[in-house]
Amino acid sequence: MSGHLSARDDMRVWGLHFGLIALLFAAQYVLPDYHNGVIARVMVLALFAMGYNVLFGYTGLLSLGHSMFFAAGLYGAGLPIYHFGVHPLPAFAIGIGCGTALALLVGALALRTTGVAFMIVTLMFAQVAYLMSLWLGEWTRGDEGLTLSRDERIIEIGPMFLDMTNRDTRYVIAWALFSIGLGITLLIARSRFGRVLVAIRENEERARMLGFDTFANKLASVTISGAIAATAGAAYVLLFGYMGSTFASIQYSILPLLWVLLGGAATTLGPFFGTLLMFYLAELSNDALNAWLPDARLNQIGIVGVALILLVLFFPKGLFGSIRERWLKWLP
Amino acid sequence: MAFGPHLLLATLEGLVMAAVLALMALGLSLVFGVMRVVNVAHGEFFMLGAVLAWYFSTLVTGHPAIGFLLALVLSPLVVGAIAFAAERLVLRRIHYNPEATIVATIGLLYVLQQAALTFYGPDANPVVPPFNYRVLLPWFGYSGYKLAVIVASILLITLTWLVLTRTKIGLVMRATQYDRETAQAFGIPVDRVYAGVFALGAMLAAVAAVLIVPIQQAHYLMGTDPLLLSFIVVIIGGLGSLRGTVVAALLIGVSDGVISVFFSPTLAKMLATLLVAMVLVFRPQGLFGTAAR
Repeated sequence: MSGHLSARDDMRVWGLHFGLIALLFAAQYVLPDYHNGVIARVMVLALFAMGYNVLFGYTGLLSLGHSMFFAAGLYGAGLPIYHFGVHPLPAFAIGIGCGTALALLVGALALRTTGVAFMIVTLMFAQVAYLMSLWLGEWTRGDEGLTLSRDERIIEIGPMFLDMTNRDTRYVIAWALFSIGLGITLLIARSRFGRVLVAIRENEERARMLGFDTFANKLASVTISGAIAATAGAAYVLLFGYMGSTFASIQYSILPLLWVLLGGAATTLGPFFGTLLMFYLAELSNDALNAWLPDARLNQIGIVGVALILLVLFFPKGLFGSIRERWLKWLP
Repeated sequence: MAFGPHLLLATLEGLVMAAVLALMALGLSLVFGVMRVVNVAHGEFFMLGAVLAWYFSTLVTGHPAIGFLLALVLSPLVVGAIAFAAERLVLRRIHYNPEATIVATIGLLYVLQQAALTFYGPDANPVVPPFNYRVLLPWFGYSGYKLAVIVASILLITLTWLVLTRTKIGLVMRATQYDRETAQAFGIPVDRVYAGVFALGAMLAAVAAVLIVPIQQAHYLMGTDPLLLSFIVVIIGGLGSLRGTVVAALLIGVSDGVISVFFSPTLAKMLATLLVAMVLVFRPQGLFGTAAR
């Protein structure tokens, strides 16, 4: 798939990705206020989905525990700021560090199992993390959550002044992190490491027979995937100022799975478009259905459920997976 | 109350829990054993069983036992029909691919939750127990209904065991579980066996729910905790092993009952989940299972 590309395809790949990044940067000047906020949020959540895609899409491991990495980033960054007044920048690094360390630990344990057992083990570790966020309610305030004040979300170093309650600052930071994430997944997808991951996904026995240390490669994949998810979590608390146990619940492990499936697993652009599409789809259908059936108490869960079933039945390759299959064979 | 009676009470509560859990986990284990798929929506079949039990019990007036018995018969039948339809419409079309099935049953989980929220609402409702008889122990009185739940569960599990080991249907199911291709070659309609097993698994969850609903109210989000607990039971017991499932349900149910009486329930759940995850990591075949073929 992403093996040996001609120089022309190479140009197309870079052009497409830089084009999207440039488009998103330009979008902030034309988007109305509401959609500006939406796209900023979608870019942060897409970062989460891109992390999930490294493990699920490229390595073929279905985890139902990624909410714990996101939450580790969220709380790892947010709690030191809230309780100890730590500066946001080192707190951001602490958040990423917590998530990465957790991913390394969970990966080392969970990768002893395979297939369905891997999914159940990751689900259980995530459930432990969720219960812990409730149990430590004195620090986290559980479901109710904590809100960071404006003062706690300002980064001031020398002449640089970043106020993350400001709409434009928030957009640019979300955009920068998203672009870095997209660049990293593109590099992984096209690297030797990425191709080993795909080989493991396609046939682990064969990859091992060819002399690859499949365990080490899978562990690296879990760790990178968790680190990206944690970065998204740490960014979320800084940019939007809220952390709560909901982000550690099973639902936040299922959402990145849905976004990646919709956009196309093992495609670099899929996670972003999956997140974007699902956000507007859920919102529009929610409004339309609630206007049509005002007493039906419809909320997002029904739409998420129907989307998952329809995707599995009729659209298993997702948006970019299908585009790659039909038209653009060179898509990474 | 002194420590001894307190412990007895905790054990009894744990046994009730174990009785319900064993039934539910048996359904999950059966589906995994025969079909080799994980049904993430199993907890929602439990929830549906409880919600429908409430609905059926409100249809009739008179003695509460009439409504309860009606629910005990109809609720599993309706849930079984829903599961059968889901199997035919979704699982069969994705050819029981393990990962696609997980995603599809997650979707089913949300759809069923939404349906319950829409038609049943966000409130919790109780079902009146069929009888109110208190068994007087030397230290405290104990609900006769709860003891009846334990007995009913033992009867149902024995019945399932008899069906599995003594009847033609059970033989067909075990043959499919043991070797799908050979079973097919011998003329067993594997496809229909799958649909039947999926419905049967859901019905076991629904029966468990009808039994519990006079003790615990019906609510549209009640499926998540039992789902995780059944996962735990099925894993500890060894996937697809009936005896292991029952033993593990006893172990988990009673220890959960005892631990939550004496410690914070959140901490108890946390430690139990962590412990089970570790069992799965270091002894994937379960505590009582044998290594996979």
